[in-house]
Amino acid sequence: MLSFVLRRLLLLVPVLAGLVVLLFAWLRALPGDPARALLGQRATPASIAQVNEAYGFDQPLPVQFVTYVGRLLRGDLGSSSATGQPVLQSFLDRFPATVELALAALLFAVALGVPLGYAAARRAGGALDSLLVGGSLLGVTIPVFFLAYLLKIVFSQWLPLLPTSGRQDPRIDATHVTGFFVLDGLLTREWDASLDALVHLVLPGIALGTIPLAIIVRITRASVLEVLGEDHVRTARAKGLPRGLVSRRHVLRNALLPVVTTIGLQTGLLFSGAVLTESVFAINGIGSYLFQAISQLDYAVLQGFILFIALTYALVNLVVDLLYGVIDPRVRLS
Amino acid sequence: MTQISSSGPAALGPAVPSAPDPDAVGSGGLWHSAWRRLRRNPSAIAGAAIVALFLLVAVFAPLIAPGQPGVPLPNSGVTPSSVPGPSPGHPLGLDSPGTDLLTQLVYGARQSLLIGVVSTALGLAGGAVLGVLAGGLGGWVDTVVMRVVDILLSIPSLLLAVSVAAVLGQRPVSVMIAIAVAQVPIFARLLRGSMLAQRGSDYVLAVHSLGVRRRTVVMSHLLPNSLGPVIVQATLTLATAIIEVAALSYLGLGDSNPSTAEWGRMLVNAQSRLSTDPHLALWPGFCIAVTALGFTLFGEALREALDPKGRK
Amino acid sequence: MALLEVRDLSISFPGGSGRGAALSKAVDGVSFDVEAGQVAGLVGESGSGKSVTSLAVMGLLPHTARVSGSASFDGRDLLAMPERELEGVRGRDVAMVFQDPMTSLNPVVTVGTQITEVLRRHTGASRRAARDEAGELLARVGIPAPVRRLREYPHQLSGGMRQRAMIAIALACSPRLLIADEPTTALDVTIQAQVLELMGELVRERGTAMLLITHDLGVVAGLCDTVTVMYSGRVVERADRHELFARPRHRYTSGLLASVPRLDAPRGQRLQPIPGTPRDVIGWDAGCAFAPRCSAADDACRGTELPLVQDPTASGRHLLRCAHPVPDHRPDDRPDQRADQRVGDQERSA
Repeated sequence: MLSFVLRRLLLLVPVLAGLVVLLFAWLRALPGDPARALLGQRATPASIAQVNEAYGFDQPLPVQFVTYVGRLLRGDLGSSSATGQPVLQSFLDRFPATVELALAALLFAVALGVPLGYAAARRAGGALDSLLVGGSLLGVTIPVFFLAYLLKIVFSQWLPLLPTSGRQDPRIDATHVTGFFVLDGLLTREWDASLDALVHLVLPGIALGTIPLAIIVRITRASVLEVLGEDHVRTARAKGLPRGLVSRRHVLRNALLPVVTTIGLQTGLLFSGAVLTESVFAINGIGSYLFQAISQLDYAVLQGFILFIALTYALVNLVVDLLYGVIDPRVRLS
Repeated sequence: MTQISSSGPAALGPAVPSAPDPDAVGSGGLWHSAWRRLRRNPSAIAGAAIVALFLLVAVFAPLIAPGQPGVPLPNSGVTPSSVPGPSPGHPLGLDSPGTDLLTQLVYGARQSLLIGVVSTALGLAGGAVLGVLAGGLGGWVDTVVMRVVDILLSIPSLLLAVSVAAVLGQRPVSVMIAIAVAQVPIFARLLRGSMLAQRGSDYVLAVHSLGVRRRTVVMSHLLPNSLGPVIVQATLTLATAIIEVAALSYLGLGDSNPSTAEWGRMLVNAQSRLSTDPHLALWPGFCIAVTALGFTLFGEALREALDPKGRK
Repeated sequence: MALLEVRDLSISFPGGSGRGAALSKAVDGVSFDVEAGQVAGLVGESGSGKSVTSLAVMGLLPHTARVSGSASFDGRDLLAMPERELEGVRGRDVAMVFQDPMTSLNPVVTVGTQITEVLRRHTGASRRAARDEAGELLARVGIPAPVRRLREYPHQLSGGMRQRAMIAIALACSPRLLIADEPTTALDVTIQAQVLELMGELVRERGTAMLLITHDLGVVAGLCDTVTVMYSGRVVERADRHELFARPRHRYTSGLLASVPRLDAPRGQRLQPIPGTPRDVIGWDAGCAFAPRCSAADDACRGTELPLVQDPTASGRHLLRCAHPVPDHRPDDRPDQRADQRVGDQERSA
């Protein structure tokens, strides 16, 4: 088991190394002077000289690369060219908001997607099935930001039932401990704050979670259909086991394995979706941060973001792989 | 951005001997049976219809549109709080810069088609080269290429497209290249997999034993057999490209030339008027979604139809 | 009254082109009995409909299958039973062992659970008692270190052990009828004999009746009391074991027997396969399905529907569906001589 973990971690290294090289190349490929690119609006002869010194841009290329890697390893992702704030710090400050949103979206997608996919598979070929397949195709193709718009329009104009902006009602005086608003409310026993934060997550969660929902419905449906045709299900029925037991133990348990792996793959989608949704709903997460950075061509933030995302994505996939190893005995015991 | 590649069709029913399928391979080959299956599949027909409509509109744009794209009309009657509705000569009314909405939509289709096709073709070409090299040659070439593909895949495709676009600047070409780059790893993986699967197959061994050179084997035998899945993926990629173009525009990285009509940019412009004239956002959004849906429906149906195991 | 009486069983499936298309018959008017405590063999090639028949008896065919006829178990027609009631019968009164133990067992559930769930379902045993019982069952089917195996997963067992586990599962609640569908086909030859021996022992020991479905005549000769031969969805011959092997009357049966390689055949003697291939199951003709491959076939065989009748020359029960059965011969004729006769037939019709 341990060797399994170590092996997977080891595979991560060349990928990350390659990524760093690629990022460095990208940084140097940007139009104009790298120092100027990183400083953007704050470029003055003095600051340019400073950056050149710090990054070693006046040094030969190999030295530059080493300096670059050195900085990365120290956690120095540079400073935003717009605000001058250190990138890493800004990320960490805004990370909880995005994680909360991503979790809400994932929860929505899984809690709704798995039962729907199962129902569709059970009644394959029927009306419900066709409806769900069609609906899931639509869900996959609808642009995230368009959906976000729609929800915002509908709920701010015609059905003012749910909040469409921000993470918390400014009138509630909430104490923030971890940065995860829902959790904070629970920790400080401010139940109303917690509930309020939760309510604020509904619409953005639905917008962000729709594509993952569609994908989960499709994968669950396909997986359940495949398992239903397998011999061991026939054996289970031949034993006279009641339907419910056959479904739980012999169909679902087997069918959900591929679904778990998909969840890992969703992370990438969730991040890019967050970039597009957070700004619509005025949520201060890393998504909207990146959104601003792109519109302002803030290369320092962009570079830091890419590294951050790739690392997170790789780690999440690793966790999912490990999880798979835990729940599938064929992987665990080989 | 969207991962439109799901698992294939699932088998139905336990292993019971079934009557031979008259559509099965052997009665006219894979393509004929695929065509027959497609003809009967309602979602394939729907998808094909949407795609055909899209193509028609895009190609015959000048004939359909009432005006010129990106040309604001003088005396348009656009105010900060309202936008003129439908009138004779302007079936859908005007949009916020004062141009005819229908014209923008129609020419937007043309733009989407252009970018979609070019970026898919580029992605396909790039991915094919990498994939064939990796799968056909194997060994260290394979390892290196796949590491690069892994790296590219570890970045969500939208962000990848963003980075490339950032480097290349705000030209229409950069958008195409950016999206293409994001698709290269997918095609590379696909072709490599196909190459590998076939390299070990009997017919390849047979051809080899007859002394045919490696390159000929790859070009004349392996490639044609990989065509099916590649076409399916290309269709799905087109759908993704259409959405990603819009996303890139939304992020401000698209074509900044105001005379080019583009659905994504229409969405951006519509943002400020969301409360007063939501239809300005709904129309382009609807177009994006439906077009992408059409390509996806068709692509998925094509995938099922080409599956040699073809059982319903 | 026999334990299981199958009468006029017919099974059809929708044809290849999907909804609304013609049905194709897989099984046509099949009848046979399984007596309590006896082993009945059901023999045929792939495509003969034997597996489908057994699945129909258990009610395990897909919804699209059209089934008619009856299958009375202890007087109750299984084919007419509502699903709920059938669930009570399966696993407890009638149990089944399938061909491929690797795919027939759930790979992500422990072997132990796959046994205990049957016990707990039908006997209401506690978890503890069921586990103990499961361990004993595994020991009884000859699996070493049975208690450890309970916590293991199917992929950790060898092929032979997996099939033994399947047998343990099937016999857990002491059913009165065991249906075994090609139980040894997927196993190594050396293991096959062991598993068959085990099955023979167990059913004799417990007085369980068995319906053994196979294409392998050797298996049948070793275990079965009666044999029913199926071809292309119909019963073509049926007799007690000794009678059938001594005096096969249907051309197909004799062809099958003749095609089996024999240790005592003279050197250099060629194998005698049956010419032609089994038909695809499309449409239905009147007359004998074997006619295209039969050297003695004539128009009488092709036109009319042939009935299954008792062979008048046989001493015991021997049913036959053939217009030109193998001529009766004296008991001391050796089978290789019949093989020579077949060669003669082929040359004449070639």
